[in-house]
Amino acid sequence: MANIISDETIEYVGILAKLELSEEEKEQAKSDMGKMLDYIDKLNELDTTNVEPMSHVFQVNNVFRQDVVANGDDRDNILKNAPGIKEGAFKVPKTVE
Amino acid sequence: MAKQYETVIGLEVHVELATKTKIFCGCSTEFGGAPNTHTCPVCTGMPGSLPVLNKQVVEYAIAVGLATNCSITQYCKFDRKNYFYPDNPQNYQISQLYLPICRNGGVEIDTPAGKKIIGIHEIHMEEDAGKLIHDEWEDCSLVDFNRSGVPLIEIVSEPDMRSAEEVIAYLDKLRLIIQYLGASDCKLNEGSMRADVNLSVREVGAKEFGTRTEMKNLNSFKAIARAIEGERARQIELLEEGKSVTQETRRWDDNKEYSYAMRSKEDAQDYRYFPDPDLVPIMISDEWIARIKAAQPELRTEKLERYKKEFDIPDYDAEILTSSKHMADIFEATTELCKKPKKVSNWLMVETLRLMKENDMEADDLKFSPENLAKLIELVDAGTINSSVAKEVFEEVFKNNIDPDKYVEEKGLKAVNDEGALRATIEKVIADNPQSVEDYHNGKEKAIGFLVGQTMKAMQGKANPGMVNKILKELL
Repeated sequence: MANIISDETIEYVGILAKLELSEEEKEQAKSDMGKMLDYIDKLNELDTTNVEPMSHVFQVNNVFRQDVVANGDDRDNILKNAPGIKEGAFKVPKTVE
Repeated sequence: MAKQYETVIGLEVHVELATKTKIFCGCSTEFGGAPNTHTCPVCTGMPGSLPVLNKQVVEYAIAVGLATNCSITQYCKFDRKNYFYPDNPQNYQISQLYLPICRNGGVEIDTPAGKKIIGIHEIHMEEDAGKLIHDEWEDCSLVDFNRSGVPLIEIVSEPDMRSAEEVIAYLDKLRLIIQYLGASDCKLNEGSMRADVNLSVREVGAKEFGTRTEMKNLNSFKAIARAIEGERARQIELLEEGKSVTQETRRWDDNKEYSYAMRSKEDAQDYRYFPDPDLVPIMISDEWIARIKAAQPELRTEKLERYKKEFDIPDYDAEILTSSKHMADIFEATTELCKKPKKVSNWLMVETLRLMKENDMEADDLKFSPENLAKLIELVDAGTINSSVAKEVFEEVFKNNIDPDKYVEEKGLKAVNDEGALRATIEKVIADNPQSVEDYHNGKEKAIGFLVGQTMKAMQGKANPGMVNKILKELL
């Protein structure tokens, strides 16, 4: 493996992804991520001079909706996905910035 | 000699677009619905849902970009900005980082030192987040996703402003352009226009910028001005004490007139932007741009010139009348109905401004209809009511948008134009006030004013003052 993921990196990625990993899981993740980066390095061997950067896999653009209200009040169904409900709102642990 | 400092300010302005539906789904954007009644799987971030772009959002963004002299990015796309917060159900916000729709523009503002261009770095399209309400009772937070997915444009200026006055002038310019385009109502107090202020200070003559802070939670022009003064003073004090400014986000508390740190650069978030694979790129053709340009409504500067030319309205009055799109709309619609531009302007410039000031209102909050103002003008012109009664009726039009015809009828406010009735009243007034009559004959012109007043009082204010004067002089 050419790419070695440091302990600091895996710790940082864990914080960003809000994941708590055990020691074994961390080692596994470090090895998986190293392999992914190796694969990217492989792609980097290709000569892409004169190739336009691709921003989407489909050759499609300009897919639009007209500005017309199509959805009614479906609150009861939407709230079925809520971890808790209070006064028509999703109830979550207190979050203040 | 004490050091001289210069303030350097750049703004990030978020504007809620006036579309009927959200940016990526067919939910209504109407304000004030019960919590979560304008939501669907897309704007609540359900797995497997697919966003589809609202074409009107692109058109408004292009229109604002053209009106602010930007170049339009003809191949543009959306990116995901990743962060966790309960008001953001997807755990990413769909925004534009790499190819924002408008770039390299600018608007001209007036400053005491003359005209100045404030550069616009870019304008990008993005979605708004939901609203969090903190429940102290149960120690939890409640999330309402009605606002989640409401379309926004973020206008990022260059760090070209040097004072609170320049910031206000720039914001006012943006507000008027966007209002006139119909792209947003731009109300700071309702959050449809929001400004974050990036500010740093440096010694006059320095080439490098100082360390900047970003201030949030500014919801009026006054709060913005106070926050700028406060932050400038805080940063200069730090530098004078030999300390340094920390790059951080601060929240302005307008009641305490103080800002406090929300988060510093060390724990600043890493957003890991990447292209959104759910949304295909947008290709904006020359024809599309030309079409939007051709459909651009009359902007403020053009309207101002036209009022002066077409209606012979003085400079200052034209400035006030066009200082809000809503005010200009009332002026034009009323003029269209009664064909008396000068009188319409007069009612707006005098009584309307007076009542707005008294009630601490903005022009955008005016509720009365052009129909009712036009009717009132007709009533005065026809001599049906006198001017003091008209002011009283106007207060009702202003407050409750009443129909002046009906109101005057019901309250019995019609001016008494019946000469016989007037003559009888005046004869009685003359008989009751011999002293004033004598004063008048002795050359005291003022005495006639007292007699007019007595007559008006006897007629409960409804007499035609011109006629009263005429008859009085005749009888005396």
